[in-house]
Amino acid sequence: MSLPAFAELLERLVFTPGRNAKLALLGQWFAQQPDPDRGIGLAALTGELTFTAAKPAMIRELVASRTDPELWRLSYDYVGDLAETVALIWQPRAGVNAPPPTLAEVVEALETTPKAEIPALIAGWLDTLDAGARLALIKLVTGGLRVGVSARLARVALAEWSSQAVEEIEEVWHGVAQPYTPLFRWLEGQGAPPDPRDAPIFRPLMLAHPLEEADLAALRPGEWRAEWKWDGIRVQLTAGPGGKRLFSRGGEDISAAFPEIIAAMDFHAVLDGELLVARDGAVAPFADLQQRLNRKTVTAKMQRDHPAVVRLYDQLFEAQEDLRALPFDARRARLEAWHARTAPPRMDLSALVPFDSIDTLAGIRDGARAASIEGLMLKRADAPYVAGRVKGLWWKWKRDPLTVDAVLMYAQRGHGKRSSFYSDYTFGVWREDGELVPIGKAYSGYTDEELGWLDRWIRNNTINRFGPVREVERGIVFEVAFDAAQLSSRHKSGVALRFPRIARIRRDKPVEEADNLATVMALVENRPAAD
Amino acid sequence: MAGIAPHPQDWLRVTPAGLLCEPGGFFIDPTRAVDRAVISHGHSDHARPGHRHVLATRDTLAIMTARMGEGRAGATQQALPFGDPVTINGVRVWLRPAGHVLGSAQICMEWQGSRAVVSGDYKRSPDPTAAGFEVEPCDVFVTEATFALPVFRHPPAEAEIARLLRSVALFPERTHVVGCYSLGKCQRLIAMLRQAGWDRPIHLHGAHVALCRVYEELGIRLGELRTATVAKKEELQGAIVLAPPAAVADRWARRLAEPVVAVASGWMRVRQRARQGGVELPLVISDHADWDELLATAEQVEAPEIWVTHGREDALIHALSLRGIRGRALHLVGRGEEDEAEEPAAT
Repeated sequence: MSLPAFAELLERLVFTPGRNAKLALLGQWFAQQPDPDRGIGLAALTGELTFTAAKPAMIRELVASRTDPELWRLSYDYVGDLAETVALIWQPRAGVNAPPPTLAEVVEALETTPKAEIPALIAGWLDTLDAGARLALIKLVTGGLRVGVSARLARVALAEWSSQAVEEIEEVWHGVAQPYTPLFRWLEGQGAPPDPRDAPIFRPLMLAHPLEEADLAALRPGEWRAEWKWDGIRVQLTAGPGGKRLFSRGGEDISAAFPEIIAAMDFHAVLDGELLVARDGAVAPFADLQQRLNRKTVTAKMQRDHPAVVRLYDQLFEAQEDLRALPFDARRARLEAWHARTAPPRMDLSALVPFDSIDTLAGIRDGARAASIEGLMLKRADAPYVAGRVKGLWWKWKRDPLTVDAVLMYAQRGHGKRSSFYSDYTFGVWREDGELVPIGKAYSGYTDEELGWLDRWIRNNTINRFGPVREVERGIVFEVAFDAAQLSSRHKSGVALRFPRIARIRRDKPVEEADNLATVMALVENRPAAD
Repeated sequence: MAGIAPHPQDWLRVTPAGLLCEPGGFFIDPTRAVDRAVISHGHSDHARPGHRHVLATRDTLAIMTARMGEGRAGATQQALPFGDPVTINGVRVWLRPAGHVLGSAQICMEWQGSRAVVSGDYKRSPDPTAAGFEVEPCDVFVTEATFALPVFRHPPAEAEIARLLRSVALFPERTHVVGCYSLGKCQRLIAMLRQAGWDRPIHLHGAHVALCRVYEELGIRLGELRTATVAKKEELQGAIVLAPPAAVADRWARRLAEPVVAVASGWMRVRQRARQGGVELPLVISDHADWDELLATAEQVEAPEIWVTHGREDALIHALSLRGIRGRALHLVGRGEEDEAEEPAAT
């Protein structure tokens, strides 16, 4: 029954907005399915396992041989999606009573069947399945399974299901391959943790807490080191005889999107740093890096126009030597010496920011207005490198947010607990010609009471509906806080805000007195040369 | 039948008020108030208030009276049991179960040896709250076409109920709220849940209470029902709540405990569409015939000609032509306004 069970899991994951519910669904899958099917299913969900055995056109031909063309046309017109139309319209041959295949059978048969026999193989499977399972099979064999289960979510689900710490699972994750049988055996208490040996695995990152005013007073300058908090994405670089990998902060393998970094990793070490786009040493706004993210492959032009670099923060391993138990100062000395010796291209060190008092440091922070800097990081000189967010070892001290008064233009309902509330707000500012232009979208920062009040106001002041979106009367001014304003060719206003959130509802302020676009443009920093 | 029998098109005519049986002087499911009406079932796009004389099953008359108020569901009512013929102005009229909702009937008519059957809305799959569809051979069969595309093949409803109960077991701290229409679907779901062994109280949105009471009065046992509106949040953890589709993802649902939003409808078959509506658990349970049922019925009634009302006539008429049956689109106004006959707009 495993393919129908997988289809049910898949469908529920696709339709379920809530993270906790997704974790429960995955946990149930791990608990109920046998090996190797549970591991194969997991690999298929996270994109570790993909097939290219069948093309959509082949599936289309299969169904054409069994379907009246006019009925196919009307049906495809109505449904709009090829795989789903095929799954629904498929008429199993009468008299088929074979059981549905297991995932393991599907994987094995696709690997061993000659290409010419693949269509008949798939048709035979489709005859044994119901509509939901047919859709799952078609998506699976054509490589079109997009369910949005990240490897990180999968590891959290494994941790919750097995009560094993997620950091422990992350340490071995990249050293095990699907169908993960040794991993499941360990998590069920029936074996030792898998030994990754030389495989380039991900080590969980050390994370920082935001610094509050109260924490600030307790800081003694001599015990702390400061460095800039760069506005890119945190990465881990791991390279050695077993291979090279670039991991995102959550442990996603993003090597394929940044081949120039991988090419520069001609060493045996594990490093922690910030991935940035930089031109001639100048860090570009986050929007430039965004162009490079979430890609499976990358063109030469993309690498040329948006060149990636890594600014190194820390060193976890040198060759086989684990440096994580060393204090920060010692690791920093090792990193500096290693970097001077190795001189890897595309990588520089994130400089330490010297200071003699917290006041000086506060002044330095206030003076930092470059868009590529989010603020300061404070690290205890004697702290080891520990996984996760341990309080009191690392602080992030973001610079004060910028604010703008903007007018609520559109609202949309949220997800999960907020699915009945209009909680996502698009806001705009006045252009010179008197038009409002949207500059961003925010869905946080307000209290529950404010959310309730806004929800009622939006329902009572709707002037237009576009599917799930309501356009509202110009009547509400938000004070919107954000970390930086950056030029953007993808927004009508020409500007994009980093981390916008609702700071206050300005019930006192008439909409005519909201800010204009020129004010927002004046906040844009680090304008890159036109490209 | 005698060779000289008239064709039904000579005595059944589409008028602005609906389908008229001319020699009988009565309308079938008229959309405006008329002198004489024969009503197939209680959904408001078939049963309108204000007719002078109404003929229908006892159950349909009771449902109409409950919904419209005493005196509004026909100044005079005539209850006709299934299979008992009456003659109206020379037209022989009798009713056969249509399997759609409680009381739903096909309207069978014979005039001068020519026989037509107007099926109203119908389904062929079992329903513990409605008498099962019976085949009546005829010269012209009038069919609905709500799900008349080969992509609509409803799975067994029991399997969908089982899916709902598996979800309740997986999320025992959450409320499962199922969007469903208040006449027919709601009571069918309750009865099927009972058959599947769910014996806990089932909570209802206020809009569903009255018709459940009517069903109980007509002898359909639904078990313990409670009003969700007055229930405490803790009581609703792990509960199943039935509500109108429009309420399940909106403000009303805030009283529920972290609801899993389900909708029970044939439209849930197309997942891409279900997803647009914010449904977390789509249940494909329909009270309308699916593609296979439409075609099987067309063959079983042995009618050389089939008239197709509300829905997707194109595909059905084409498929009928492949089987040597003449299909004709019958354009009736005002259909598909209540139950799932109308495809829900994305919210």
